[in-house]
This record gives sequence, C-alpha cells and structure tokens, in this order.
Amino acid sequence: MTLEGVTPEHDRLASVVRQHASQLAAALMRVTGDFATAEDLVQDAVLAALRHWPKEGIPDRPDAWLFTVARRRALDGFRRADNYRAKLAQLQWPVQPDEDERLRLIFTCCHPALSRPAQIALTLRVVCGLTTEQIARAFLVRETTIAQRITRAKRKIADAGIPYRVPADDELAPRLTEVLTVIYLLFNEGYLATVGPPQSRDLAEDADWLAGLLYQLMPAEPEVAGLLALIRLHRARAAARFSGNGEIVLLQDQDRSLWDRQGIADAVRLLTRAARRQRPGPYQLQAAIVACHAEAERWEDTDWEQIVLLYDMLLHLAPSPVARLHRAIAVRYATGALAAMAELDDLAGLLGEYHLYHASRAELLRELGRPEQARAADQRALELTANPAEQAVLHQRLTWA
Amino acid sequence: MKYVLLFVEEEEFARDLEAMGPAERARAYQRVAEWMDTHADKIRGGNKLQPAETATTVRLGGGEPVITDGPFVEGKEVVSGYTEVEVADLDEALRMVKTWPGCPIIEIRPLM
Repeated sequence: MTLEGVTPEHDRLASVVRQHASQLAAALMRVTGDFATAEDLVQDAVLAALRHWPKEGIPDRPDAWLFTVARRRALDGFRRADNYRAKLAQLQWPVQPDEDERLRLIFTCCHPALSRPAQIALTLRVVCGLTTEQIARAFLVRETTIAQRITRAKRKIADAGIPYRVPADDELAPRLTEVLTVIYLLFNEGYLATVGPPQSRDLAEDADWLAGLLYQLMPAEPEVAGLLALIRLHRARAAARFSGNGEIVLLQDQDRSLWDRQGIADAVRLLTRAARRQRPGPYQLQAAIVACHAEAERWEDTDWEQIVLLYDMLLHLAPSPVARLHRAIAVRYATGALAAMAELDDLAGLLGEYHLYHASRAELLRELGRPEQARAADQRALELTANPAEQAVLHQRLTWA
Repeated sequence: MKYVLLFVEEEEFARDLEAMGPAERARAYQRVAEWMDTHADKIRGGNKLQPAETATTVRLGGGEPVITDGPFVEGKEVVSGYTEVEVADLDEALRMVKTWPGCPIIEIRPLM
C-alpha cells in the first residue's frame, strides 16, 4: 500500500495543489456564482493534476495549468446554451486574485447550517484541494461516505440558500468561531489521530496552512492569530514527541534540543502582537499556556503558577471539564499532588469515560504512594483509548511501573 | 428565497404559557405581534395551529388508509404554527428568527 504524503515529492505535490485549488475555486465561483459547479470543476482539475504531475513533473505555472484544465472541462461539459458556458468562455488567465473571495469560500464551507463533519470535509476539499479519497483515508472512513457527505452539503448550500459571503459585522464573531473550530478539530485530528496509522496525510499541516491563510486574510482578529500561534507552538516541538519506535514521549521526558527554537520564538511573537489588541480568547490563552511550556529550557524551569493562572482565565472564558483536568495537572506541579487529586475527584462524574482523566489519576496515585489504585486507573485508561501510540505508553507503564 | 418557519413548542414552554396570568400572557402575545409587525415586509402568510391533540394522521399505501389520532410523530416537541417568509438567503432568515419572542425552537425549511 502506498500512502499519501510519505515521500517528499508527494508532500510538494500536496502543497502545490493546496496553494492553488482555493484560488481557482474562488475565481470559478465568481464567474459561475454556483458553489457546486465551481467545486466540481476544481476537483476535476485536482484529480487531473494528481494523475499527470507525478509522471510529467509539476508545471512551472501550476495555477495556469489547473485553470486551463478546469476551463476546458467546463467548456466541454456545459451545453452551448448554458449560462455558465458564456461566462467561462470569457474567463482569461490570469484571474485577478481577490483575497476576499477565498474568505467567502471558507465561511461558506463552515456555515453553521452544515453539520460539523460536512464543514470539515468541504473545507478540506474546497479550500485545501484534497480529493475525496485523501479525506476518506485521513479519517479512515469509506470514500463513498465522504462523497455522500460532500454531495449532501453542496445540495444543502444550493437548496437552503446558504449565502456565499463573509458574514456581516454583527454576525462575524460566532461565525468566525465556527471556522476556528473546524481548523482546530482538523489540527487535533492530525496532531493526535484517534485511530489508525499516524503516517496518513498530515492534517496538522493542512490545519497550519488554513490558519495561516485565515491570518493573512484577517490579520486584525486576535483569535485567528491565537489559533495559528497555538498550532505552530505544537508543531515546533513535534520532532520530540515520538521515540524511534513510534511511542509517545511525555513532555517531561522530551529531548528539548529537538525543539525548533526559532519556530517557537516566531509563534510567541505572533501571540504577543495579538495580545496587544486586548481581546483575549480561548485560542490565545491556550497558545499562551503552550508557550509557557515551549519557552522553558528544561522541565524544571516550567512556570506552573503562570500556567494555573492562564487556565483560570481560560475556564472563565470557556469552561470545560477537559480544561479543568489540565488545570489540575498544573496544580500538581504548582501546589502538590494532594491538591490536584482533590480537583480530579470533582471531575469523576464528568470525565469518567476520558482516557487521559484516568491516566492523570494514575500518575497522581503513584506519586501519593497508592500503586494498586494507580494500576487500576492505568488499566481503565488503556481500555478507553484507541490511539496506538497512547496505548503503547500506558502498556509500558503497566509493565514497568 | 422563500422559506417556511416552523414554530415548535415543547412541554415546558406550553406549561409556562399556561401558568401565566392574563396580563402576562397578553404581553407575550403582544411581543409576538410586534415581531410580526417588524418583519411584515418579509412575511407572506402563516398561521397558528390548534394544539397537537386535535391532529389526525392518515397513512396511505397498502390497502385502506390508516387513520390515527394525534400528530405523525409522538414526541415532546410539536409544530404549533408556521410562517412563510421571503428573504435573500438563509442568513437573513437566521437573523430574523434570532429575535423571535415565542416558542423556543424554529425549523427553517426552504420552499421548492
């Protein structure tokens, strides 16, 4: 079995397609005014590129190549009388890039009237230029499932009158949150896949690219910068996350010389600039927490008091049981295991099915000298995770601890 | 685009309305009337429905039609009224229903 994104050549192909697909979609959208048609034409062009480029090499002007294929396909496909045909016949290269149009594309894909899985699939296909097959493989679902999901979403956009526009100011905040959630979920899926082999398409890179595009299009929105900083702070430390045999290395044990210090410094600068706008939000705060870890030269240098404080602010803005769990872990190092244990006990009802809850409990129980209970908690955590790398850590702990 | 807004009530809402005094209930109806006025230029018709107990459901296909008492889905949520509106797109319909002062659930359905 060959896997997408394994060879450098495949990576380059993916990034070139991604770079140009959404621009082409936006241009076709402007001409046809029809989301489904534009999307179909782009997908055809992308599939043609994936067939030709590996053999013939990536053309000097990939955007012109994709444009020509899409245009020819459109002129062949539509009837002479068809409204789109006349408009497409007029469309000449180069199409004027209009930043706002890509933004419209993103907001349409992430419209709240679409289900979350549909938003994710549509964004990947339309904005990142992934094929249905690539999406299906990344999420380990059947290709027909993704194809149906996309067809249904496109039909809903047309039939329910979902507009192709950037939301008005009074609607922008909740709609932007929707877009950021889609990118964040994509990142999480790629950064720590819940199932399957970790070597499928790097969705974390797609999420990084999407957040970067959004930041370029909306530089004055601090939460966009916050999400981008968060993603980059994580990715800057990716090299130290796994051991040679694919096992997760806990933060505490990571070789920090493998961290990309320049990448960390850049992301922190981005975050600092965003913070100056004085509009804090969950992504900026999460990025600030990750920055505390990333900036510590050694595990012992971690500023846990600051981290607890940031979690308090985060919980104030966006209360969630998982954030409370993370705060409790910070409390362990800032105050002590007993205090952390008390907080964890309060969360038992809410997080009883969450593997990291039990894994964290196991660590505290071990520190508090209760090894039998610790083993039981590790066992419970193992039962609850499907991720092979996490399973490996828990196995190791059960065997050695 | 034309949409039908289906207004959906659930038990709690009906109970709350029941528990209101006459003055309070009049105010609640007044708020709905004001909302209708505000959006009068987009409203193309509609009605409040009699309670779900008055519904009769007929199932066709295969022999004699089967006639049953009550709405077609038995549940805590029932359609209590509808309004046809004409607006630019779904976003405008969404904006409209955000200020709806009546029942707590609204389904927006585009018309063919």
